[in-house]
Amino acid sequence: MLNITLVYSTALVLASLGGILSEKSGVENVGLEGLMTVGAFTAAVSVHFMQTHWQLAGTSLWIGVGAAVAAGSLFSLIHAVAAITFKSNQVISGIVINFLAAGSTLYLVKLLFEGSATTDTLSVVFSKVDIPFLSSIPFLGPALFSAYPTTYLALLLVGAVYFVLFKTPAGLRLRATGEHPGAVDTLGISVYRIRYLAVMASGALAGLGGAAITLTTTSNFTYNTISGQGFIALAVMIFGKWNPFGALGAAMFFGFAQAIGSILQIYSWADGIPREYIYMLPYVLTVLVLVGVIGKARPPGAIGKIYDPTAR
Amino acid sequence: MAKYKTDSFLLPIVSIVLGLLCGAVVLLLGGYDPFAAYSALFAKVTGNAYDVGETLRQITPLMLTGLAVAFAFRTGMFNIGVEGQFVMGMTGASLVGILFSLPGYIHAPLAVLAGALFGGLWAAIVGFLKAKRGINEVIVCIMLNWVALYLSNNLIQSLLMEPGQQRSRDVADSASVSIAGLLGFFDNARVHWGMPIALLCVAFFYVYLWKTKQGYELRAIGHSPTAAEYAGMNIPFNMVKTMAISGMFAGLAGAFEVLGVFHYQSVISSLPGYGFDGIAVALLGMNHPFGILLSSTLFGSLNYGSSGMSFATGAPPEVVRIVFGSIIFFIAAQGIVRLLLVKTRVIPGKKVS
Repeated sequence: MLNITLVYSTALVLASLGGILSEKSGVENVGLEGLMTVGAFTAAVSVHFMQTHWQLAGTSLWIGVGAAVAAGSLFSLIHAVAAITFKSNQVISGIVINFLAAGSTLYLVKLLFEGSATTDTLSVVFSKVDIPFLSSIPFLGPALFSAYPTTYLALLLVGAVYFVLFKTPAGLRLRATGEHPGAVDTLGISVYRIRYLAVMASGALAGLGGAAITLTTTSNFTYNTISGQGFIALAVMIFGKWNPFGALGAAMFFGFAQAIGSILQIYSWADGIPREYIYMLPYVLTVLVLVGVIGKARPPGAIGKIYDPTAR
Repeated sequence: MAKYKTDSFLLPIVSIVLGLLCGAVVLLLGGYDPFAAYSALFAKVTGNAYDVGETLRQITPLMLTGLAVAFAFRTGMFNIGVEGQFVMGMTGASLVGILFSLPGYIHAPLAVLAGALFGGLWAAIVGFLKAKRGINEVIVCIMLNWVALYLSNNLIQSLLMEPGQQRSRDVADSASVSIAGLLGFFDNARVHWGMPIALLCVAFFYVYLWKTKQGYELRAIGHSPTAAEYAGMNIPFNMVKTMAISGMFAGLAGAFEVLGVFHYQSVISSLPGYGFDGIAVALLGMNHPFGILLSSTLFGSLNYGSSGMSFATGAPPEVVRIVFGSIIFFIAAQGIVRLLLVKTRVIPGKKVS
């Protein structure tokens, strides 16, 4: 059961890590949905062409991952340029990303696949990797130590992002930019540069999250490959109080609640419960936990505020 | 919100032109003729009475969801839950429209009202949680969107189901809000009372926020919650009230789709999208009712016309999304437009300090 949780949660974790980096630097990023879409699309299409035209198999997947990361990064520049350099309202430019991503990915799919709205199914995708030794432990082994490579990558990244954000000077500067950019500016550090890098990193991570979905479970890309995960990632980020490990916990909680749904369907005593209430479970649980336990989540102090060094 | 001062009309118009240009470039790259595509789009929207009517039909829910999002924004809250409130509005209208039988002049208004109330209540939950426990409205909204989806599907399937199909039974004729008299004029386009009511909502939005004391309070809270609290305004109550009104707009949008357009409610596999599109409409309309009137007209027309464009030239209708996104981009990043206008000497450049 833990295993199913990890599969659901991986993409959420990755995208929310991206959200954390961006928002911690003070740039609101509601465009995670669009960035995941771009990543998923790039992964599916690039891997497809590599597998059909160049006959690469396993390596194509990792190249596809890289392509998705790059594409997400580049696409997030639209948000960065608008919000940082041209001082637009950050919610608006995030929504722009979602619109442009949805429109352009589907447009390109229809162009590249002769009018079809779905990419051709990939013949080779990531398969689960067993960590030798540990995965043979009865019970816990297959659950914890046999997962897709993207899941391991996500877990590594959680630790890495936490380390960078909270244990390095660069991370301190990033967090300071999100709390009080004026202070950072007086030290001569470029607020713009830090924010640009943070937004591009968020695009990279969200793109990776999208690729994780395409290259492990769905094996193709279509209009509803990414439907809502980006917004759930936002919720995960807030739920986790803008902390990488908090986000990991929130994503796992969410995935766990979704996994319960799949598990319950096996047991006959659960047949009486209408399916919809089982689907609802993760969302209702999240709200209940929020109300009961988490309470107020304080976003970074300067979030969403346009930084204009010339303003008084 | 970013302000633009002297170039009030120039900015949106230039942005729309630039957005269309972006779409044209995308079309060219795909091997399609932009002129043919855009003229087909325009023809589809204006060509005949049926198309005009259907375009109006397409615009109506967008106008209402745009108003919903903007109303919340004005009070400083981000109602990203319009999707769920829309669906709950559909459900409320369906329940009253299908399960009851009443004379026409009671049934239809009651069903519409039910839709509005369902949407309002759904949103009030979010407002309540934010007011009482300080819980970020974004998460609760997103969660409730999905809960609404599954809840409404369940209600349809248990109470309203049309046997053999994935939808509810038809709404009673007495609850329908189609305007029968105009059907002939618009050649059987699905015109309905929601259209004039949406316009009334635009007026209501304006009058309420700018001409009443309650509206003044809401706007004050939106500008500065601390100042408002100092002035003695009841912030928690106003938060709930704002979300409730916002949700009612959304619920109305859903109700009219059921009662005026489809006359039934489908079991849906994913959220319809009017809520998220409403965010774009609201932002492009600068969160102002008259702006929303225009931006919803633009977006609704683009959406409806895209099928004509696609039919005539084979260009994928998604181009329209790219166009609309680009327009919003240029409005949002006004600096780019301004730079362009200064460089081409349309407006005088200012010395930058």
